[in-house]
Amino acid sequence: MGLIVALSLLLAIILFVLLAPLASPYACDEIDFDGPWSSAPTLAHQHWFGTDSLGRDLFVRTACGGRLSLLVGVVSTLVSLLIGVAYGACAGYAGGRVDTLMMRAVDVLYALPFMFLVIVLMVLFGRHLLLLFVAIGAVNWLDMARVVRGQTLVLRRREFIAAARIGGLSDARIIVRHIVPNLVDIVVVYAALTLPQVILIESFLSFLGLGAASTSWGALVDDGAREMMATPWSLLFPALFLGATLLLLNLVAEQLRLRLARGAGTT
Amino acid sequence: MLSFALRRLLSAVPTLFVLVTLTFFLMRAAPGGPFDGERTLPPQVEAALTREYHLDAPLWRQYLDYLGNLAHGDLGPSFQYEGYRVTELIGDALPVSLALGSAALALSLLLGGVIGAVAALRQGRWIDPLLTHITLIGVSIPNYVIAPLLVLLFAVTLGWLPAGGWHHDRPTDMVLPVIALALPQIAYIARLLRNGLIDALATPYLRTARAKGLPLRLLVLRHAWRPAVLPVISHLGPAAAGLLTGSVVVEQVFGIPGLGRYFVQAALNRDYTLVLGAVLLYGTLIVLFNFVVDLLYGALDPRLRTA
Repeated sequence: MGLIVALSLLLAIILFVLLAPLASPYACDEIDFDGPWSSAPTLAHQHWFGTDSLGRDLFVRTACGGRLSLLVGVVSTLVSLLIGVAYGACAGYAGGRVDTLMMRAVDVLYALPFMFLVIVLMVLFGRHLLLLFVAIGAVNWLDMARVVRGQTLVLRRREFIAAARIGGLSDARIIVRHIVPNLVDIVVVYAALTLPQVILIESFLSFLGLGAASTSWGALVDDGAREMMATPWSLLFPALFLGATLLLLNLVAEQLRLRLARGAGTT
Repeated sequence: MLSFALRRLLSAVPTLFVLVTLTFFLMRAAPGGPFDGERTLPPQVEAALTREYHLDAPLWRQYLDYLGNLAHGDLGPSFQYEGYRVTELIGDALPVSLALGSAALALSLLLGGVIGAVAALRQGRWIDPLLTHITLIGVSIPNYVIAPLLVLLFAVTLGWLPAGGWHHDRPTDMVLPVIALALPQIAYIARLLRNGLIDALATPYLRTARAKGLPLRLLVLRHAWRPAVLPVISHLGPAAAGLLTGSVVVEQVFGIPGLGRYFVQAALNRDYTLVLGAVLLYGTLIVLFNFVVDLLYGALDPRLRTA
């Protein structure tokens, strides 16, 4: 029940982000020279969320910011998923000394203050979208690797893996065809947990002015925070959308986690 | 016990070493330098500066020099703040962040503890789902959203508290930053404690204690709290390190001269030594708090002592 409500609200946000710019006569960074600067939300000039102090339409900007935030969220989650599953499955399948060594490396990486490494990376190598995907994804694969490795250790002892090995399949093929497909449910849950974290990091970087573009929810919240005296709505709308999205994603992730735990308990 | 503690502390050295090395070479690999300013310096001045800071030496030499100075507790001169040592800069900023961080930590322990305990002990009644949903909001919404909203509500609209700044004679300056720092932590602690308590109360030995008639209050105060606070403690290790070294966001929003802002500013300015100093301090605190977490784990649950 809660899951369905949360998912449909998320869908509504996604639709808004995709379709809103089509419904409005304005573009993301377009300045409306005819309309009032710093205008409160109004129907008169079709500025439904008002305009900021440069005369840009906030309805469209909120949607554009959402496009970027969600795009970074999905792509970076995929990056972290790819690294985490590959690393975890290899470590777990290899077992023994290789496994110990690989997981020891993960432990060391856990101790590093990664947020600051991402900040340093973004500052030093420029605010590039591709780098952003990789930097955020590369920070978030540790949890995934741990969980996948644990699950692989269990799977490795099952009969069908032994059968595949006796059948003469190569290790790489066993991992890709037999281990990974059996990890799907746990990977889905952890991907759902990673998604809001990733969006959080992206908007954090944007808030600090280190993001890849000037319109992401984090950057809009930063703009809005600077101008909240004159135009409080320029803070409220992006903050509302960012907050709601993060909350809903966390809700979905928690529901999925509970279902997985319950499923594991009954079977 | 002592040998465990020593071994644990020694194992922190390689971690910090990796951290320093990684940060050092990452920064040097980046384009730009500390003396790239708005106006270009005359070549003689730039050459003199480069010599002054030993930037003309080979990179491995600079790296070894840095490590050598580090062993003597010297973090080197700041590149951006002329005439200041990094240790001085950190020494000035740290007390501010410490004051805010420890107040926020105390507040979040208190409120998080109370909310978590109430939710767990009223499990199944209306107040538990209510608190659980409210704390999910707290966990989900980051403090760079909360902090400006707090300012908008309490400073701009209501005018009760100052919107920012840092004055020694104005304690109200601390209120909003501390709340902004504490809110997510309150939510985390409350959720962890609630789940911990519920799990603990479901264990056979506590069900037995309950069945023989021990009142719930004594059950929690004498027994259940031990296993229940373990997850809270392991969360608190890194969280405390983060709070005490200052939050970039909260310090930026409220204009506070703490340590957090150095992380970003210094990296932007290519202030190599300051970035290294800040990252090293943060890393050391993380390692230290994780060590304390391990000790507390051993103290609370003897079965974990050998690990």
